[in-house]
Amino acid sequence: MGSDIFEISVNAVKIVALFLLMVQIVPLLVWVERRGSAFIQNRFGPNRVGPLGLTQLLADAVKFIFKEEFIPEKGRAFIFYAAPVVALLPATLAFVSLPLSAPVNVETFEMFGQSWGPYTFQFQGFDFGLGIVYVLGVSSLATYSMLMAGWSSSNKFSLFGGLRASAQMISYELALGLSIVGILILYGTFDFKTMIAAQQGALSFHFFGEMVTIPFLPNWGIFYQPLGAVLFLVAVFAESNRLPFDLPEAESELVAGYHTEYGGMKFNMFFIGEYGHMLVASALMAIFYFGGYNIPFVTPEQLSGFLEGFGYVGTTNSLMTSFLLHLCMFLKILFFLWVFIWVRWTLPRFRYDQLMDLGWKTMLPWALANTIITAIVVFVMRM
Amino acid sequence: MSVLVPILFITVFVVLFGAFLVFVTSKLGPKPKQSDLRKEAYECGLPAQESGSSKVPVKFYLTAILFILFDIEIIFMYPWAIQFADSITQGYGLQMLIAMGLFLLVFIFGLFWEIKSKALEWE
Repeated sequence: MGSDIFEISVNAVKIVALFLLMVQIVPLLVWVERRGSAFIQNRFGPNRVGPLGLTQLLADAVKFIFKEEFIPEKGRAFIFYAAPVVALLPATLAFVSLPLSAPVNVETFEMFGQSWGPYTFQFQGFDFGLGIVYVLGVSSLATYSMLMAGWSSSNKFSLFGGLRASAQMISYELALGLSIVGILILYGTFDFKTMIAAQQGALSFHFFGEMVTIPFLPNWGIFYQPLGAVLFLVAVFAESNRLPFDLPEAESELVAGYHTEYGGMKFNMFFIGEYGHMLVASALMAIFYFGGYNIPFVTPEQLSGFLEGFGYVGTTNSLMTSFLLHLCMFLKILFFLWVFIWVRWTLPRFRYDQLMDLGWKTMLPWALANTIITAIVVFVMRM
Repeated sequence: MSVLVPILFITVFVVLFGAFLVFVTSKLGPKPKQSDLRKEAYECGLPAQESGSSKVPVKFYLTAILFILFDIEIIFMYPWAIQFADSITQGYGLQMLIAMGLFLLVFIFGLFWEIKSKALEWE
C-alpha cells in the first residue's frame, strides 16, 4: 500500500473514502429516483420533509436504524445475518478498483521537520493490474448474497427469488462477458487506465493501412462498438437486477423476492449493494464507451498546461487537473445512473421465460456476432 | 503479494462495517411480545409451508451447468482478444483469426445444439 507512513495512511483513507462515497450516494440516488419517478408519472413525490424533500433521506435513515428486529422462526440465523453483509462486498470491491481520475503527483514537501515524497497517488482504491477481469470476477459474487438470503429465510417467495436471481445473473453474465471482447480486441489491454488513455483526442482509426481522423467526434469506444455498448448496457441492467429485469423481486409474483423477510438496516444493505452495482455499471459504461475521465478533445496534459497558465504549478496543478477530470467522470456516471432510473419508470417487466430467452437466444448470439465482426474488421483494416 | 493487502484491508473493513450495522440496529429496535404467529415467515398470510428443504426445479441446475461451460469458453477468448491487434502488426494475424474461428465454430455448434435440445425452454 505504500513505502512510508504518509503514503500508507493516505491510501487507506482513500479506499475507505471510496467505500463511504458508494454508501453515501445511495440516499441521494433514492431521492433522485423517487423525485424522478414522480416527475415521470406526473406526481409530486417526497416534498414535505425539508426543502424539495431532501431531508427525507435523514428521516429514512433514522427509521431504518430503529426498526424492529425480525428473523423467521425456521430461518438459519447465521446465513440470514451474513447475507446483507456479503451483499455489500462485491460492489465495493469492484468500485474501489475503478480509476475515477488521473493520478495525483505530490512533490517533495516538509512536514514534522522531515521531508516527504515525492509520491504518485492513484485516483482509485488499488491498481490490481487485471482491470476488467478482476471487476467481472468480484461483481459476479453478488449471486451468493442473494442465494444466501433466499435460502436462509425459509420462505418460499424468498427461495424462488434467490433462485431466479442466481439463474438470471449467471445467464446475463455470458452476454456481459462476451460483449466486451470487442473492446478488448480494440484496446488490446485489460487495464482501465490504458483504455482511457486510448480514448483521448478526436476520432481516429486505421482504414486499410491509413490513419483517418474525424475531427468533430471524440475518440470514444461507442463509435467503434455501438452494438457492444447496447449489449453491455442491457446486460448490466440484468446484472444489477433493475427493471425491466427485476424478476428476482417481482412484487406481483414474489412479494419482494429474496429480501421479503428483511427489514430495517439489513434491507438497506441489500439496497446499498444494488445501487453500488448500478454505480459500478455506470462507471464501466463511461470507461469502455464514453472516454472515462477524459474531457472530450482535451488531453490531461493540455488541461494541466492550461492550469499552469493561471499560475498553478506542482502539486496544486496536479490536484486541480485530477479534480477537473474526476468531475467529468462523475458527470458521465451520473448520466448513466439517471438512465437506470429513467428506464426503470419507462419499461414494463419481462416474463421469466422471455427474460431467459432474451439472454441466451438473443443477446449471446448477437454478442458473438459482434466479436466476430470486430475481429474481422480489425484484421482487414490493419492488414 | 503486496497488491493483495488493500483488497484484504477493504474486505475486512466492509465486513466489520456491515456486521456493526447489523448488530447495533438489532439492539436498538422495539422489542414487542413474541407469539407463534409473529415469528412465522410471511407467505401472504397463509400458514408458512417452506422449511428450507423443499425441492427446487432441476432447470436451475441445468442453467448453472450450461453457464459454467459457456463462461469458460468466453474466458478463453480474453487472452486471445488482447493479443489479436499485436499479432496483426507482427504478421501472424491470419493464423490467430483462423484458430479463433475454429474455436468459435465449436462454440456456435454447442449453442445451437443447446437450443435445439430444448435445454433453455422455460414454461
